[in-house]
Amino acid sequence: MADNEKMDALRKKRQQWDEKTAKSLQKFPERKEKFTTGSNEPVERLYTPLDLEDFDYEAQLGLPGEYPYTRGVQPTMYRGRFWTMRQYAGFATAEESNKRYKYLLDAGQTGLSVAFDLPTQIGYDSDHALSEGEVGKVGVAIDSLKDMEILFDGIPLDKVSTSMTINAPASVLLAMYIAVAEKQGVSPDQLRGTIQNDILKEYIARGTYIFPVEPSMRLITNIFEYCSKEVPQWNTISISGYHIREAGSSAVQEVAFTLADGMAYVEAAIETGLEVDSFAPRLSFFFNAHNDLLEEVAKFRAARRIWAKLMKEKYGAKNPKSMMLKFHTQTAGSTLTAQQPDNNVVRVAIQTLAAVLGGTQSLHTNSKDEALALPTEDSVRVALRTQQIVAHESGVAETVDPLAGSYYVESLTNKIEEEAMAYINRISEMGGAPAAIEKGYIQKEIMDSAYEYQKQIEKNERIIVGLNKFQVKEGAPKGLLRVDPSVGEMQEKKLELLRQERDNQTVTEKLATLKEAAGTDANLMPYILDAVKAYATLGEICGTLRDVFGEYQQSVVL
Amino acid sequence: MDRPIRVLVAKPGLDGHDRGAKVIARALRDAGMEVIYTGLRLTPEQIVQAAIQEDVDVVALSILSGAHGHLLPKVVNLLKQEDAYDEILVLGGGVIPEEDIPGLKEKGIAEVFTPGTPTTVTIDFIQNNLKRKQ
Repeated sequence: MADNEKMDALRKKRQQWDEKTAKSLQKFPERKEKFTTGSNEPVERLYTPLDLEDFDYEAQLGLPGEYPYTRGVQPTMYRGRFWTMRQYAGFATAEESNKRYKYLLDAGQTGLSVAFDLPTQIGYDSDHALSEGEVGKVGVAIDSLKDMEILFDGIPLDKVSTSMTINAPASVLLAMYIAVAEKQGVSPDQLRGTIQNDILKEYIARGTYIFPVEPSMRLITNIFEYCSKEVPQWNTISISGYHIREAGSSAVQEVAFTLADGMAYVEAAIETGLEVDSFAPRLSFFFNAHNDLLEEVAKFRAARRIWAKLMKEKYGAKNPKSMMLKFHTQTAGSTLTAQQPDNNVVRVAIQTLAAVLGGTQSLHTNSKDEALALPTEDSVRVALRTQQIVAHESGVAETVDPLAGSYYVESLTNKIEEEAMAYINRISEMGGAPAAIEKGYIQKEIMDSAYEYQKQIEKNERIIVGLNKFQVKEGAPKGLLRVDPSVGEMQEKKLELLRQERDNQTVTEKLATLKEAAGTDANLMPYILDAVKAYATLGEICGTLRDVFGEYQQSVVL
Repeated sequence: MDRPIRVLVAKPGLDGHDRGAKVIARALRDAGMEVIYTGLRLTPEQIVQAAIQEDVDVVALSILSGAHGHLLPKVVNLLKQEDAYDEILVLGGGVIPEEDIPGLKEKGIAEVFTPGTPTTVTIDFIQNNLKRKQ
């Protein structure tokens, strides 16, 4: 029988089955009238080959490690080696965080991921008026190279790879990392790691911006150019959907807005004269792993396919590495409940499966207590163990892209691609992601989804276990991590000492040179590195750039 | 006085997490209140100034950065200095540990809403606890 005949036969059978099922529904109705994914995409009762009639295996999936990379960016995936288990950590002082990193490395973690406090992320020193109350709270406080030396004390930078969640001042923190490595005798070309460096999603969803769009994009392309020559193994940007999703977007919006941001960076770099294959292989991505397991797997696969096509067809990339979407994943913090926090361990396990079945390159698993406070050491260990159990015990890492060919997963993958491309095209028509952000379009789309989600929970249309169903009476949680409130004072004292000990004239000169360079179109990385090495503080360097560039004014969208 | 309840929803400090603030702002608006949302990174001084200028009945402060112990009481104190505290209900919300809440209430925060609170709970609280008669 030819394929067409087989399909016709199946279509007939399906029709009969539908009729039969419809009859039985009168007696045994389904749980609800409408079934949807976690992102409110409709879900059918059954998926069959009829849903994939125009499916072209080679064009849509291909083989792992080959275009369009739907099945993964490496040929053997986790049979070669597992994803990097990378827990985002950092709090209080560099000394405290250094201890936590050593603890995590001893526990079998394979890469570091540095969380900075808000003043550091926004380019203020710990003794700035706006830093009051915030120092060391959501991450480690770094004021100067001195703190960075303490942070990585005893950690060989040629052996670990380090991810730094730093955006607006990414160039400064990268310069500090290079300088610390130099003191350890490690040359920049040996350094491996990632800076987040994704300013567009800061405007959209995360909020730690400093400068306006144009100088921010310049700093980013400066880093692309500098690293392509000096720090060739460094991932120069981690284009992030994570925070877009946390802000309440759907899975489709997460893919669409993240890739639209990615396109803006590619276009900015090409515009400054960089050749696409000179920087694109070092672009990396960062996604969220939410609760709807199969939708999330489809999301990761769709993202890889879209990016490969865009890079090849739209931007003319020739190097396959430019077309590969490599990504880090973090489980969805916003899905964690403050109620019955132990249940969060299970949510994180499901989200871990989604990330792994979706082919992530590295993963952070959240700890069960994160709806309440920063995680304790014990809960961080359980989170890391969750990854290790999925890796070693679940069996899902033993073959490549095991869900490929599922009628449902492939249908969802196609649908996410289609809907994300519709968004991407709409944003391109508006003039690209920066213009769409300026208009508040992206923010409003996300907010609409977020509000809808909240309403569904409050109307009990969406069940969150322990929150709106299966509640119990609970006492206040015990044993939460508390950041020592004296951290702010300690950092202030360290700064005072630093300003006494360093050669202040050199600092002044280096900052003046940086200021001058900022007014030209020079690449600022070498100037920033010079200032860092002279122990100019983060606040001084960012302050100098603020003087020249000004500050971003948020467009407030409700 | 017959007018809708006016609420200032504000993000004090450097925290950029505004999903909760925006969701609550929309929910209050849908409940018939007039809502002013300030956007990110306001100092307590700027918040108090906006509250007075906008003649609001409620200041709702959303904070997830752990700096609540410092920033929320500061807003209350500044409102007192401006003789506006007796007119304005001050609320907090966000990732705030349970054990910190009694201390915040002692310092003049009327109520603190933590993750998972239905927006209706906050709406009811506002309607029943206004300091100024509508």
